Amino acid sequence: MLEIKDLHVAVDGKEILKGLSLSVQAGQVHAIMGPNGSGKSTLSYVLAGRDGYEITSGSITYKGEDLTAMKPEERAAKGIFLALQYPVEIPGVPTLTFLKTALNSQRRARGESEIDALGMLKLVREKAKSLGVKEEMLKRALNVGFSGGEKKRLEILQMALFEPGLAILDETDSGLDIDALKVVAEGVNALRDPSRAMLVITHYQRLLNYIVPDRIHVLAKGRIVAEGGKELAHELEAKGYAEILKETA
Amino acid sequence: MAATDTKEKIAALGEKYKYGFVTDIEMERAPKGLSEDTVAFISAKKGEPEWLLEWRLGAYKRWREMKEPNWARVHYPKIDYEDAYYYAAPKTAEKPKSLDEVDPKLLETYKKLGIPLHEQMALAGVAVDAVFDSVSVATTFKENLNKAGVIFCPMSEAVRDHPELVRKYLGSVVPVNDNFFATLNSAVFSDGTFVYVPKGVRCPMELSTYFRINASETGQFERTLIIADEGSYVSYLEGCTAPKRDENQLHAAVVELIALDGAEIKYSTVQNWYPGDEEGKGGIYNFVTKRGDCRGKNSKISWTQVETGSAITWKYPSCILRGDNSQGEFYSIAIANHFQQADTGTKMIHLGKNTRSRIISKGISAGQAQATYRGLVSVHPKSENARNHTQCDSLLIGGKCGAHTVPYIESRNRSARIEHEATTSKIADDQLFYCTSRGIPQEEAVALIVNGFCREVLQQLPMEFAVEAQKLVGISLEGSVG
Repeated sequence: MLEIKDLHVAVDGKEILKGLSLSVQAGQVHAIMGPNGSGKSTLSYVLAGRDGYEITSGSITYKGEDLTAMKPEERAAKGIFLALQYPVEIPGVPTLTFLKTALNSQRRARGESEIDALGMLKLVREKAKSLGVKEEMLKRALNVGFSGGEKKRLEILQMALFEPGLAILDETDSGLDIDALKVVAEGVNALRDPSRAMLVITHYQRLLNYIVPDRIHVLAKGRIVAEGGKELAHELEAKGYAEILKETA
Repeated sequence: MAATDTKEKIAALGEKYKYGFVTDIEMERAPKGLSEDTVAFISAKKGEPEWLLEWRLGAYKRWREMKEPNWARVHYPKIDYEDAYYYAAPKTAEKPKSLDEVDPKLLETYKKLGIPLHEQMALAGVAVDAVFDSVSVATTFKENLNKAGVIFCPMSEAVRDHPELVRKYLGSVVPVNDNFFATLNSAVFSDGTFVYVPKGVRCPMELSTYFRINASETGQFERTLIIADEGSYVSYLEGCTAPKRDENQLHAAVVELIALDGAEIKYSTVQNWYPGDEEGKGGIYNFVTKRGDCRGKNSKISWTQVETGSAITWKYPSCILRGDNSQGEFYSIAIANHFQQADTGTKMIHLGKNTRSRIISKGISAGQAQATYRGLVSVHPKSENARNHTQCDSLLIGGKCGAHTVPYIESRNRSARIEHEATTSKIADDQLFYCTSRGIPQEEAVALIVNGFCREVLQQLPMEFAVEAQKLVGISLEGSVG
């Protein structure tokens, strides 16, 4: 589903990713772990197509298509979804309006019919309930004054709505207490599907107790330096990144 | 991909100002230039009474002695007032009595503008007094309004049929010698709208006028006069468009509102005059004087404006809060893109006791445009317990535009409470990325964010126009990013 080969990425002329290769199959959940500054967020932005992240060499294909030439909105329509570490506030734009605009933009790009306001409300209600997103929250301006937990839940709600082929969760656990973390993790687990791949990016092992990955990759200094099954997370937690990095050096 | 991009862009450029068509109709014009003869010609054409001709000539004399104002933050080449036509009317033998008699080409124009002149109007509950250049050609729904006792007609008709009302109120809010452009208007105004709502009547529908400048080298000088008698209510909306032309056209209108005891007037404007092209060539000079007089106690006047068009906007819809407990409101969205210049705001003059005013201004600048908020809140010595709240927000898109805020506050009564809040922000990259990464194309994302920024003001518009205004916000910002 996702194929990354020898990817080099520079930001402001400084190389951040230095030959990263990764392959994720449909139905699998992969975790990317790594210390601060290892290039985790850069990887997520590059996949989503953010400006300012220059691919100097290497390739990214999604379902066999070259992703690198596509604009962010084209990638979204193709099924790439990035849940942000810090969801952005947009004052004055009701959350429901935003959801409708986004979903219909994606549908239009795929040549599908748009969903009207009533249909949208029904759809969102259905998905919102299980995530504990209150209807009142949908009327408020997007992410404005939302708590950390509310913001993350809204990200997962969007993932449920857009039904992406590849979901990238960037530090979804940051800023969450244990109860909020559970709700979010359950939401994510409910979206595990044989047709969907997920990339869970996290600094800590904690999240992976709740979202159990099929595979773990350790990212350091812009490269994958270690790989393994879910037990690798515990090893990392016990030894710390420094130890692992020393072993792999 | 680059090649198709360019093609699409070129196609989009042609589309952009969809109101930029010209209707080919034979026009009757006054001789070029401005003189006593021109003024007399206009007055004669309209079959006006002697007093109005004298009023016009008086204004003309004053105007000759006046200087064009230069205090606003706008720049334009000197206007040659002798090189323009001051009167232009479609050539038809007689005034049409019903829509069937109206030139089909005119109706076609209105259709392109999206003004529903026929049965749809009944459904929408809107009565339109359409002004085509200088003469009102069709007035709908007069009968319904007649039943309620509401007078809604072209100014020229009001002069003929209700001279006592016109004579009593014309120039009573914006005096003949008020300012250069208002005085010019007083001399040469050709038509406009007149509304009178009698005592205790709630006007049964939204009243609406579409103004449109069609003939080239013609200034448009409408004159609007709205009187809400004691305890009455009226909501009025004007929409404005003009065709594309290379030269600049002057539009100097005057609007006067009078609210007597307990009356309320809500006046909404969606201004979409041709703004000029991407290089700043052409476009309307929109130099307009709008003022409301809360003459009676407990009266209220509310201005809402969405200003997206015109090369230059110079307008300050104001409220004179004369009656005790009267209220004035000003809600404004001003968008300036490319080389547009907008200098707009309001004046709230507190004269009566317990008067309240509220100002919410949203200025958006993009391209190389300059947007200025200029406002005055003035509390006079006898105005006990006056209250004002002003909120002035500016949004910048890109790095070459400018936003300026020039608030004047004068308080001569210690009991006054005046609040002023101002913010300036930019559309952040992370906001745009958040939208695009969720599938929303960049230009739509900008429109969405800007509409969010303007929400408080858009909510003030009558429902059926709010949607149009939202779309307009998107259209006027096309090409502002990327």
